[in-house]
Amino acid sequence: MSFFHTLDKFSNNTALVDSFGNQYLYKDLIELSDSFASNLKSGKKNLVLILCRNNIETIKAYLGTIRSGNTAWLLTVDIDPTLKENLINCYRPDYIWQPGPDNNDYVLTEYNIERDFEIYKDLSLLLTTSGSTGSPKLVRLTQKNLNSNAQAIAQYLQLDSSEKPITTLPHHYTYGLSVLNSHLTVGAQVLLTEDSIVTSEFWDFFKREGATSFAGVPYTYETLKKLNFFNMDLPSLRYFTQAGGKLHPDLVKEYAEFSHKKGIKFYVMYGQTEATARISYLPPEHNIEKYASMGIAIPGGTLSVLDDEGKDIKEPFVDGELCYEGENVMLGYATEEKELAEGDKMQGRLLTGDIAHYDEDGYFYITGRKKRFLKIYGQRTNLDELEGSLKRLGIECACGGKDDLLMIACIDSSRNEEIKDLLVEKYHFFHKSFKIVNVDKIERNESGKVQYESVFKNYL
Amino acid sequence: MNNEDKLKEIFSSSLGIKLDDIKENLKYHSIPQWDSIAHMTLVAAIDDAFGTMLDTDDVINLSSFDKAKEILKKYGVDF
Repeated sequence: MSFFHTLDKFSNNTALVDSFGNQYLYKDLIELSDSFASNLKSGKKNLVLILCRNNIETIKAYLGTIRSGNTAWLLTVDIDPTLKENLINCYRPDYIWQPGPDNNDYVLTEYNIERDFEIYKDLSLLLTTSGSTGSPKLVRLTQKNLNSNAQAIAQYLQLDSSEKPITTLPHHYTYGLSVLNSHLTVGAQVLLTEDSIVTSEFWDFFKREGATSFAGVPYTYETLKKLNFFNMDLPSLRYFTQAGGKLHPDLVKEYAEFSHKKGIKFYVMYGQTEATARISYLPPEHNIEKYASMGIAIPGGTLSVLDDEGKDIKEPFVDGELCYEGENVMLGYATEEKELAEGDKMQGRLLTGDIAHYDEDGYFYITGRKKRFLKIYGQRTNLDELEGSLKRLGIECACGGKDDLLMIACIDSSRNEEIKDLLVEKYHFFHKSFKIVNVDKIERNESGKVQYESVFKNYL
Repeated sequence: MNNEDKLKEIFSSSLGIKLDDIKENLKYHSIPQWDSIAHMTLVAAIDDAFGTMLDTDDVINLSSFDKAKEILKKYGVDF
């Protein structure tokens, strides 16, 4: 049975404490979730769109929807209204659960959707793959996926009911959601806040409630260093994790050394939404000597490296495409409503699109990427999708760059302002996370393929 | 340029908003542009422009335009 149905094992444990001082026991959480679900039509599988914040409203809707056998679809509450509209038109949810016009109390709206198909019986959760660009490409996940990943995480992090993770990431983001899920499997208490690590409210809550762990993307760790984290007095802290992109190896080393000195644990991890969340972790006892590694597969999973013909590479230090196998691999993608009817397309096997090799001890190292995407402050940004959406507006351009710096090469400089507004206002990019450069032409090869390296060679 | 204008310029360029939008009571997270990423950019720009080295408490308490002035006064910047 999945953790969604075993929450009652921990009835009298505290499940959630929010930054406003509200506390919820596991039995309260079950009651709130089931009462949410009682509003959903029975007799068919419903799609419930949940606009997420780090609050009880979001969590009870997520748990209630899945516990009652329906399908939850998580999106950020901050999504641009037009992009949201497009996505809603694309997938036609039966219900939308979102803050009302006053932006406070959540409201459930029912749409009378007629479908000429049934949503696939095991489909429990839909997540977006790519930041806030409003791409209709969703990852289809089952309870089995969620449960298997949550259990594996709880196992390698050695979680028990005494843990108190503080939320640093949103719940529509797979990494943030995995923190919630893994701690619910062991009856632990999650500290819910929307305050960021750059506010005094966050650290007051952290200390008041005695947080035992937090999660961070590379940018979190860059910020923490500037906040003088190494000299903070946080006696309740037991461990911290990093995922959502590659943290600079020097910083990994610095945090690893800090953690050993303090007697706490630092886990570098790797994952993808396509694998529910986690794929690998670097055991903390090896994080100094192997600081550049993404570690080993999570319990129950297998990692391998494949050559161009798709064959297993049997020797260390040879680059190939990283392949992951495990129960947490998604059913597949959806790009339109009717694909919600589809079953398992992956059979537990995921080609990650990352290029990697392993060392003589079987530790994996990422050396490049096959797919064209960047991580911008932890959020995946698909360059081809972004380029496509600019081109649809008649903007001749090419998108490239490196992690945390998106580059747009565009021919017509009179469109620069328009691109900038679009990226900031619609797609919510930080205004310093991208650069627009003007070029005479977008270089292509004979077959018409854009030569990204030469387009951006003078700028990177 | 006086220090008030200088600070306004820094807010404007770090948060990517217009000078006119910077009011005394402009608060962290009251506009989407002022998020944690912009916050750290803002802090770095303040340190650069005023030659300060804000400590952790200053950084996490710098929650409004007004508060920024108050903190800078501690470092001998006059407004």
